[in-house]
Amino acid sequence: MFESLSDRLQGVFQRIGNRGRLTEKDIDEAMREVRRALIEADVNLGVVKEFIGAVKERSLGAEVLKSLTPGQQVIKIVNEELVTLLGSEQVPLVHANQAPTIIMLVGLQGAGKTTHAAKLAVHLRKGGQTPLLIAADIYRPAAINQLQALGKQINLPVYDEGVGETPPKIVERGVRVARDKGNGTVIIDTAGRLQINEELMQELVDIKALVKPHEILLVADAMTGQEAVNVAREFNEQVGLTGVIMTKMDGDARGGAALSIRRVTGVPIKFLGTGEKIDALEAYYPDRLASRILGMGDVLSLIEKAQSQFDENDAKALEKKVLSGKFDLEDFLSQLQQVKQMGPINQLLEMIPGLGAAARKQDVQVNDDDLKQIEAIIRSMTTEERRNPQLIKGGRRKRIAKGSGRQIHEINELLTQFKQMQKMMSAFGKGGFPGMGGGGGGRGRFPGLPF
Amino acid sequence: MIMKFFRRGQRDEKLEQSLQKTRRGVFKQVIELFQRSEIDDDFFDDLEALLIGADIGADTTDQLIDELRAKIRERGLHQPAEAQEILRADMISLLKKAVRYRRVKILQRGVPYVILVVGVNGVGKTTTIAKLARYHQQQFNRQVIVAAGDTFRAAAIDQLQLWGERINVPVIAHQPGSDPGAVAFDAMQAAHKRAADVLIIDTAGRLHTKDNLMQELGKIRRVVQKTVPDAPQEVLLVIDANTGQNGLAQAAAFAKMVEISDVALTKLDGTSKGGIAFSIVKALGVPISYIGTGEKMDDLTPFSEESFVDGLFFEKHEGEIPV
Ligand SMILES: Nc1nc2c(ncn2[C@@H]2O[C@H](COP(=O)(O)OP(=O)(O)OP(=O)(O)O)[C@@H](O)[C@H]2O)c(=O)[nH]1
Ligand SMILES: [Mg+2]
Repeated sequence: MFESLSDRLQGVFQRIGNRGRLTEKDIDEAMREVRRALIEADVNLGVVKEFIGAVKERSLGAEVLKSLTPGQQVIKIVNEELVTLLGSEQVPLVHANQAPTIIMLVGLQGAGKTTHAAKLAVHLRKGGQTPLLIAADIYRPAAINQLQALGKQINLPVYDEGVGETPPKIVERGVRVARDKGNGTVIIDTAGRLQINEELMQELVDIKALVKPHEILLVADAMTGQEAVNVAREFNEQVGLTGVIMTKMDGDARGGAALSIRRVTGVPIKFLGTGEKIDALEAYYPDRLASRILGMGDVLSLIEKAQSQFDENDAKALEKKVLSGKFDLEDFLSQLQQVKQMGPINQLLEMIPGLGAAARKQDVQVNDDDLKQIEAIIRSMTTEERRNPQLIKGGRRKRIAKGSGRQIHEINELLTQFKQMQKMMSAFGKGGFPGMGGGGGGRGRFPGLPF
Repeated sequence: MIMKFFRRGQRDEKLEQSLQKTRRGVFKQVIELFQRSEIDDDFFDDLEALLIGADIGADTTDQLIDELRAKIRERGLHQPAEAQEILRADMISLLKKAVRYRRVKILQRGVPYVILVVGVNGVGKTTTIAKLARYHQQQFNRQVIVAAGDTFRAAAIDQLQLWGERINVPVIAHQPGSDPGAVAFDAMQAAHKRAADVLIIDTAGRLHTKDNLMQELGKIRRVVQKTVPDAPQEVLLVIDANTGQNGLAQAAAFAKMVEISDVALTKLDGTSKGGIAFSIVKALGVPISYIGTGEKMDDLTPFSEESFVDGLFFEKHEGEIPV
């Protein structure tokens, strides 16, 4: 449904590719794409602006402009800044010195507090605890029954006093019960409320004053839009948050709200809810969330892989060749080998945004066998021929076909496509973005390779 | 000027009240924005921020601003106040024009009017059903029954039954974990037998990305069609006003499965503006029919484009600036 950010960035950098090195204007254009992607991911506009400022500043730095692959560098910076903003490390739940550890869940209506109270309880039980759940939602019809039913399902105790008592009183007595019975943890399920409802916000403040929870977790729906900032800010300012659980992450929402919440409250995200099942609670990894928000799939791991395979000096040498239009079949062969080291080609293609889609659209079927065939053909050439493919005429073609066990038309096909690719590469070369180019490519057996 | 578009009436007053909270914060900015002395780049930047901040989304925001720029140029305008009027009219007409199918609600004697209520988890389906049942009772004196089609979520049946007691509406329910199709079937039988005018079917919240759960909705639909071929006459998609851009994906997926005929936008008593409604109406071509403005049984209001748009940005209160 959405065009991924890396597709778009790729588009931008490809256009630039024909003009020359990156300029500030190019970076601005790229930043507009980043901005839009973040807005579509529901990151708050204020947060987006600030973020773009930081990324732009770094992108204008020497590391990018002088780079062989500025496009990739920019994507990397976007990702790094995003991960930094999302909190670079995991923050575990607080464990009270003196039992019980008290955890209170708060949030808007329908965010998933009750379900997550139960999930959290099961999670903590795995760590050897026996949590007591307290049902403090006296407002929503059957909210208490819901928690009771979940308690029964997971075989953990639920404390409730029906709907006739005030939540602070219920919680106070519930905590006392936990203390008496030796429950190591207490999880309080509160009613959903609007952050502008003064009376109900006061109720949370009262509960907090009475039992002093060690953790107050905001339960927030991953599908939330721009208002996430105000909601989180108000809950934080009025009640004081220690963490966030982002729920319904099993859908296809980009989850930009997480970034907004994290930015305005500074509070760490502690868990992700990923399904309706009771064990669908996951630890939080900022890098995964970052690529999800950007819709970048696995492109980052691809860049990383490519960079680790790609020796800096080799790259410089290759760049020279590309720039001077001297990229030959010999270079191509060594590129092929590097690509092969990175993993199955299909997977690689899929990982390259845009290229994967383009390949599917053109019905290009690439598999590792194709690569092997290409390799076999090139290996049947002499070094001389690899350096100067134009030498390969009739007689030589026959010999190569025989040597590699392929048909002559296949040799022709490869040579034609290589010529196209050379053209493309020198065009990219002029632009300094040979990396994720790939746009051209061929219809048929031998795809234009991404490198 | 602005006020004359605003249809005054009891219901609108209520909507206005509840939307007042929605505009908190934004309201001051809006007043400031449209009281500026000139239309410059800053003006458009801030307007963009306002529209995006309301979850209207980048595409619709661009569309609105491009149109506005063009009209300002054409007409040679210089005053932000004039721009305000244009924008307001554009937003209203965008919502109105986007509606391509408006199913006429005809209730036939002896044939239950079936409303199937769907949506992702926690958006307010069950609460909306209670409000809607009450609306049909109170406004039109219709006999309503509801079906507890959410047999999955813990205590979902209890929740609907408690509502049933409160508003005095019979609830057809099976055991937790039973087949929702069977509940729907029984509910249809009951509706025929009791000569009910309206049957509203609750369904479990489900993410639109879960294929098997989405299929289940198709099954419920086929079950009710066994005795009333054009049922469900109304398929109501419930969208939480807090929803961001994902709302569009939700709407598209549900529409693909069950032919949405109406949308209810809930939780407009909060601070979210519900701007995703624009994209949804555009994509589905069906109207927003109701808005939810609270947790009580009377907190449901028929949708009006004018009130909605005014509630977002434009309503002027002479002299005073609400905080
Ligand atoms: N403030 C506010 N809260 C609402 C509104 N509509 C529903 N709610 C609340 O939102 C929460 C979820 O509502 P439900 O009706 O249970 O939602 P649902 O879609 O049936 O939820 P599931 O069946 O669990 O998917 C409850 O706490 C409701 O009271 C509304 O218009 N305004
Ligand atoms: Mg429900």
